[in-house]
Amino acid sequence: MGKPVAMTGNIAVANAMRQINPDVCAAYPITPSTEVMQQFASFVADGKVDTELVTAESEHSAMSACIGAAAAGGRVMTATSANGLALMWEMLYIASGNRLPIVMMVVNRALSAPINIHGDHSDGMGARDSGWIQIYSENAQEAYDNLIQAVVIGQHRDVRLPVMVGMDGFIISHSIENLELLSDQEVKDFIGEYLPLYPLLNIKQPVTYGPLDLQDYYSEHKRQQAEAMKLAKPVILKVAQDFAALSGRKYGFFETYRLDDAEMAILTLGSSAGTARFVIDRAREQGVKVGLIKLRLFRPFPMKELQAALGHLKALAVMDRCDSFGAAGGPVFSEVRSALYDLSPHPAVVNYIYGLGGRDLGIAHIEQVIRDLQEIRQTGSIRELITYLTVRE
Amino acid sequence: MATLKELSKREELLAGGHRLCAGCGASIVVRQILLAAGRNVIVSCATGCLEVATTIYPYTSWRVPFIHSAFENSAATACGVEAMYQSLKRRGKLPVDEEIKFIAFGGDGGTYDIGLQSLSGGLERGHDFLYVCYDNGAYMNTGIQRSSSTPLGADTTTSPAGKVIPGKQQYRKDLTDIVEAHHIPYLAQASPHNWKDLTQKVEKALSIKGPKFLNVIAPCHRGWRAGVNQAIELARLAVETCFWPLYEVEDGKLTINYKPREKKPIIEWIKLQGRFSHLLKPENEHILRRLQEGIDAKWESLLRREGEK
Amino acid sequence: MSTNELKGWKEIPIGGVIVEAGNSARYETGGWRTFRPLVDRQLCKNCLFCWIYCPDSAIEVEDGKVKGINLRYCKGCGICARECPAKAIQMVEEAKVSAGE
Repeated sequence: MGKPVAMTGNIAVANAMRQINPDVCAAYPITPSTEVMQQFASFVADGKVDTELVTAESEHSAMSACIGAAAAGGRVMTATSANGLALMWEMLYIASGNRLPIVMMVVNRALSAPINIHGDHSDGMGARDSGWIQIYSENAQEAYDNLIQAVVIGQHRDVRLPVMVGMDGFIISHSIENLELLSDQEVKDFIGEYLPLYPLLNIKQPVTYGPLDLQDYYSEHKRQQAEAMKLAKPVILKVAQDFAALSGRKYGFFETYRLDDAEMAILTLGSSAGTARFVIDRAREQGVKVGLIKLRLFRPFPMKELQAALGHLKALAVMDRCDSFGAAGGPVFSEVRSALYDLSPHPAVVNYIYGLGGRDLGIAHIEQVIRDLQEIRQTGSIRELITYLTVRE
Repeated sequence: MATLKELSKREELLAGGHRLCAGCGASIVVRQILLAAGRNVIVSCATGCLEVATTIYPYTSWRVPFIHSAFENSAATACGVEAMYQSLKRRGKLPVDEEIKFIAFGGDGGTYDIGLQSLSGGLERGHDFLYVCYDNGAYMNTGIQRSSSTPLGADTTTSPAGKVIPGKQQYRKDLTDIVEAHHIPYLAQASPHNWKDLTQKVEKALSIKGPKFLNVIAPCHRGWRAGVNQAIELARLAVETCFWPLYEVEDGKLTINYKPREKKPIIEWIKLQGRFSHLLKPENEHILRRLQEGIDAKWESLLRREGEK
Repeated sequence: MSTNELKGWKEIPIGGVIVEAGNSARYETGGWRTFRPLVDRQLCKNCLFCWIYCPDSAIEVEDGKVKGINLRYCKGCGICARECPAKAIQMVEEAKVSAGE
């Protein structure tokens, strides 16, 4: 059914964008996402898409132009990483506050300082309060698939929220993998026609975007956003269902591996899931009842669903590929732990901060995590709540 | 080139009920621009007096489509709207006979300073839009803080005329020159007292394809510490003293649109404004002189340049 | 000044979008006035300078002639009086005029 290709994550994503053929793309280069836009710019120059490409002079202006374009009334996409995402920080909130379904590929990279161009989740996680739907990808196939689904999710009339799709910088963005592309027509049919809401370009019905809310209305507009996040969950599942019918590839809020009969598990996002699966298989051969849960959807956070999936575990290791300095653990850990708090009994949950700035997560590291989980399982107590896994002491 | 009578028959596109100060120069500027532009425009506006006072939820004074996103990006936002227009037009998704123009407004705060990059990018990329700066010489909306457009010597809340430092120490930046360096097809300076010149410039600008720029003086009696009824008078004097020359540059060719019969000394303008009252003291005479010299130098250079054909 | 019934989050459009163009017309800033312009019809030459210089589009013009002042929006800034070449507009204390009404 699909066309098998060998591509890097960036090129796969650029091809997804080609097939989506958005009305406007406004972007600014930053490593490691640059290649997405470079490849897309070639598609524009070769007439393979007729997207209006705006080569903005900064990420802040790129997102501003995306907002103008989306409010004008059409399909808008962009891509960035790390400090580029950080530079457009205020605009992320403005995009979601204005309920504009912009779709952005975030090639996850560490935030400065010191400057580091390699993969970690500090950029996406840093934007977790911005009101964007957040989906994380394990590999190039997922990045491609997620980006296409993101378009349909964001534009849904119950949702109308911007969506960011993440993939690990360099690890996935620059590695060649085998994946399957859908046909151009399949993607076109899947995403359908874009129906704008309150388009500026409808000058017969002039609207005003971005007013001043005083104390009397801001709360109500924010409550609407919270509602949209709630309503996004069933939409995300329905879109995944439709996508599965088209591609044969199934998606949900997360993906479990050997979890049903597990006593212990590792929860992670992104490419590290691949390494974890390999080590878990080896552990299973030794009779260790350990499983994996790979979280795909971070916003909205699938609290109830995680409770259901993880409640039976005795011990859970949550892997964070970024830190939240001074917080009660990494971002994923604090939210997962909070979700499990309501269960009685609930698994012992521990946190591993790993892979910052592209630091390799190796087999030995996962083996250590599994050993720690076993210790918790046996002793019933936690020696170390938060461990910095891949750092030299 | 419409007469006032003709203009008065057009639709008011900035509705009454906005909450700009009584006597605000900016609202006069915007009213005149919209009268000249007509209904087929989409407006983008930077955060500032204009945006805040005309769009207090649930009210809007704009009878045309309007978008405000943030402070420093009126140009980038407008460019995004314009890009979508180009795209949808190309794809046949918009009515063929409907032509829409794009106007981005920003105060001197949102244009000279925080918005400079966004303006520059939009001009450089050649988007088909008109950027209008309503220049009231300070960050007025947040309480009269100095901008790079504030005149030398002016008292503002961040450049106060104090015991040791008598007001703003720097000359104002010449944004119109900076814009000219982008080699756009049309740019001009205008003033609301000369409604004829201003509306003509708007019409001309909107008839040209590509990026255009209008820098319009918008007196703020609050920040300038003048009478509530003096906005037009102050604009007129700014032009008569050559503080704010009315000129245009079309495809690199400069035309001075108004030459005062008798160029008035800047003190005629200064003495009407409380923000300059300390400059009338003898110990600050040198600042007044520097201010006059700067104005004279700019005026001379414009005259020289126009003369060289 | 018009009253504003506060609506709940389910009753308003999403995204803070205001869909009713120019609805500030319902917000009457006339209450700001401390001085009111009075037009002397004898002196008025219908040059329309007052109209083009009014910040609040509060000069009503019909068929090229000044019809009157829109008191719902006029903030009493006095620019019209100052700029009128025929000196046809006087600013009088609002309190005195409205007391007489």
